[in-house]
Amino acid sequence: MAQFLLKRLFQVMLVMFIISAFCFGIQDSLGDPTRELAAMSMSDEERENLRDTLGLNDPLLVQYGRFVARAAQGDLGNSYFFKEPALTVILKKLPATLELVFAASIIIITISIPLGVFCAIRPRHLFAKFTMAASVIGISIPVFLTALALIFIFSITLGWMPSFGRGEIVHVWGYWSTNFVSLDGIAHIIMPSIALSSIMLPLFIRLVRAEMLEVLSSEYVKFARAKGLGSLTVYFKHALKNTMLPVITVGGVQIGIMVAYTILTESVFQWPGMGFMFLEAVNRSDIPLITAYIMFVGFLFVIVNTLVDLLYGLVNPMVDLVAGK
Amino acid sequence: MKNRFLLTTCLMMASLLSFATANAKDLRLAYDADPVTLDIHEQLSGGMLQLSHMSFDPLIRWTKDLAFENRLATSYERLNPTTVRFNLRKGVKFHSGNPMTAADFKWTFDRLKVSPDFKGIFANFTELNVIDDHTIDLVTSGPYPLVLHTSTYIFPMDSKFYTGTDANGNDKGAIVKNGASFASTNMSGTGPFKIISREQGVKTVFERFEGYWDKKSPGNVDRIILTPIKDEQTRVAALLSGDVDFIAPVSPNDFGQIKAASNAELITMPGTRIITFQMNQERKKELQDQRVRMAIVHAINNEAIVKKIMKGFATTAGQMSPEGYLGYNPKLKPRYDLKLAKQLMKDAGYEDGFSVTMMAPNNRYVNDDKIAQAVAAMLSKINIKVDLQTMPKAQYWPAFDDRAADIMMIGWHSDTEDSANFYEFLAMTPDQSTGMGVYNSGNYSSDYVDTTTMAANRETDSSKRAEMLQSIEAKIYQDAGFIPLHWQNLAWAARKGVDVDPIVNALNFPYLGDLVVQ
Repeated sequence: MAQFLLKRLFQVMLVMFIISAFCFGIQDSLGDPTRELAAMSMSDEERENLRDTLGLNDPLLVQYGRFVARAAQGDLGNSYFFKEPALTVILKKLPATLELVFAASIIIITISIPLGVFCAIRPRHLFAKFTMAASVIGISIPVFLTALALIFIFSITLGWMPSFGRGEIVHVWGYWSTNFVSLDGIAHIIMPSIALSSIMLPLFIRLVRAEMLEVLSSEYVKFARAKGLGSLTVYFKHALKNTMLPVITVGGVQIGIMVAYTILTESVFQWPGMGFMFLEAVNRSDIPLITAYIMFVGFLFVIVNTLVDLLYGLVNPMVDLVAGK
Repeated sequence: MKNRFLLTTCLMMASLLSFATANAKDLRLAYDADPVTLDIHEQLSGGMLQLSHMSFDPLIRWTKDLAFENRLATSYERLNPTTVRFNLRKGVKFHSGNPMTAADFKWTFDRLKVSPDFKGIFANFTELNVIDDHTIDLVTSGPYPLVLHTSTYIFPMDSKFYTGTDANGNDKGAIVKNGASFASTNMSGTGPFKIISREQGVKTVFERFEGYWDKKSPGNVDRIILTPIKDEQTRVAALLSGDVDFIAPVSPNDFGQIKAASNAELITMPGTRIITFQMNQERKKELQDQRVRMAIVHAINNEAIVKKIMKGFATTAGQMSPEGYLGYNPKLKPRYDLKLAKQLMKDAGYEDGFSVTMMAPNNRYVNDDKIAQAVAAMLSKINIKVDLQTMPKAQYWPAFDDRAADIMMIGWHSDTEDSANFYEFLAMTPDQSTGMGVYNSGNYSSDYVDTTTMAANRETDSSKRAEMLQSIEAKIYQDAGFIPLHWQNLAWAARKGVDVDPIVNALNFPYLGDLVVQ
């Protein structure tokens, strides 16, 4: 176990190093941040002064050396726009994104498992056929279109749902304010989380169905049936449990991907999370924030994967974490 | 039982009442961005000037028809060719409670002179002299016609409030672009609204300043809740669903939806930002030929671009100065004539055309990339083959600085609302030492334009000056120095009952202090 974690720690460092070097490599094509910090009419001389102050005129290697030295102490630089440490900005925006991903995950889990199982057990049922057909369509509709359609129907036409933002949030702890304890907060999170889940939901229904079908045709399920166990016990005790193994693996990776999808969802709903912040940072050439965000997401990916591996080991003790089998 | 009933009724009444008052004078405002800083001298941008008009007051300000209106000045007079005297309003208080005096103007002026963004506008001003507590003299280095134009940028800051050092030992008045400062997080002005809470990028709440001097203002908004909504369609959806009261900017693509809605209103007016292409004579020798440039200008159908791409949301342009500016020359019309364009190409010996590279941003001006595509297609009619590249503004400006293509797009709004500003930046011969022609990527160069612009900047007689400026426009028109397309219009939208029309202006700083909400 310790050996496994040590190996992962080493991997994290390697990933961080590669990502940061990459960010610095493409810095020039991220645009000129002085354009966003100053007036069009500012003189060239003043613009050069500003670039000097920001350290942008130093050779790239010098800039990178400075960055690594500071990063080693946990300082990823200051965001030009927010005028705060980039990491602080990200941590402030993180809860909004995590709550959105959490809400979307809840939707995905509560809908995909029953539907997937149903489609596997009763493949010829009309509802199963309908679900499968709908999931093909669902997977091919872009998130922003789903989001705009939701806004158009439920906000503009019917007037039931708020169209943007987080609404009234309640402060919990530190940078964390939550949507889940006030009615207004819940109303605000419903549409964004539906939009975010829309891309993953069909995928998970199909995944659960496929895995379930495979398990149902396996020897031990046949044996359990032959033993005379009731079909509910067979389906939910024997089959579903084994179905969940690959679903957890895929799910972990997909949650990581979902963080990336939040960029679209958050910008349509003006959700003040990390994804929207990143998009804006790119528009503003806020280089320290862009670098910090990419590193942070890379870090998050490694952490999620580690957790998934640990969970996998827990669910299936046959997996040897260290040997990577 | 009876008592209980009475109590419930009272409670209900009270809650209803508080509901009514809380909502009656709130304005929920959604712009595409919120103020990047609270220091009004840190950055010269439309957003910052908008904030300046909400929380500060200028000496004088522009009216809707581009005339001047007194604010903190009660009167002014020219004492001699280099000095203008301003009498200041008495009894004006800052948000902090400090009274406003001439010393605050002096302090503000000195700060403007060192602000990297604003010092350019104040380059011709040498000093601000305090005569007494409520009288100041603005002194220029020579006769300068734009003293009043520039005075619209003097928003006095509370010098007592911004003097001293903050908790970290830094000067409270320092202008810091990289990182937070006292002035970028605290504010005290004389304006109608003070900020009571701010979460950058999420929400800023303004409250009406109870000690505001302008008691005659019809404005009745008590609280402004400013939320940035970046996405155009979400902004419109927020208005139509009743989540916000007032939005800006509005894209021409959404006009139909707003006009069709029963609960919202669209307000548009002509703007002063000119959209142009510049033809680089240094990179491309064909463009040095005046007939070729003339052919290009004649090949472009401004009318069609405004009609089809801008959906009528722009004014076709034949020159830089919009109507209302001194330099606006009514004789200079857009000139689309494909036949003549072809003839000019033939005369110049380029009947078979040539190929050029073209660059334009794709998220800076309204429909910028579509306009560039249309222009490229129009040029193919005179056999000029265009290799077009569009890119986000973050990448575009470095490319523009490098003069990376033969034909490049640029839009310009004159900071002084005066024609000379266009020529200084876009038409004068680029010169590192004087800083003129910084955005003249075409390298268009004309002695007449250079000398006349400088002369106009010393001419205080406005009719003579108008003549000079209009002759410059005519000269550039003759030379086909650039490709004029159109002036972008401005648009705002509000829920019915928010009386936006009287407070908007061509500068796009709605005077929210005077806004009446029903």
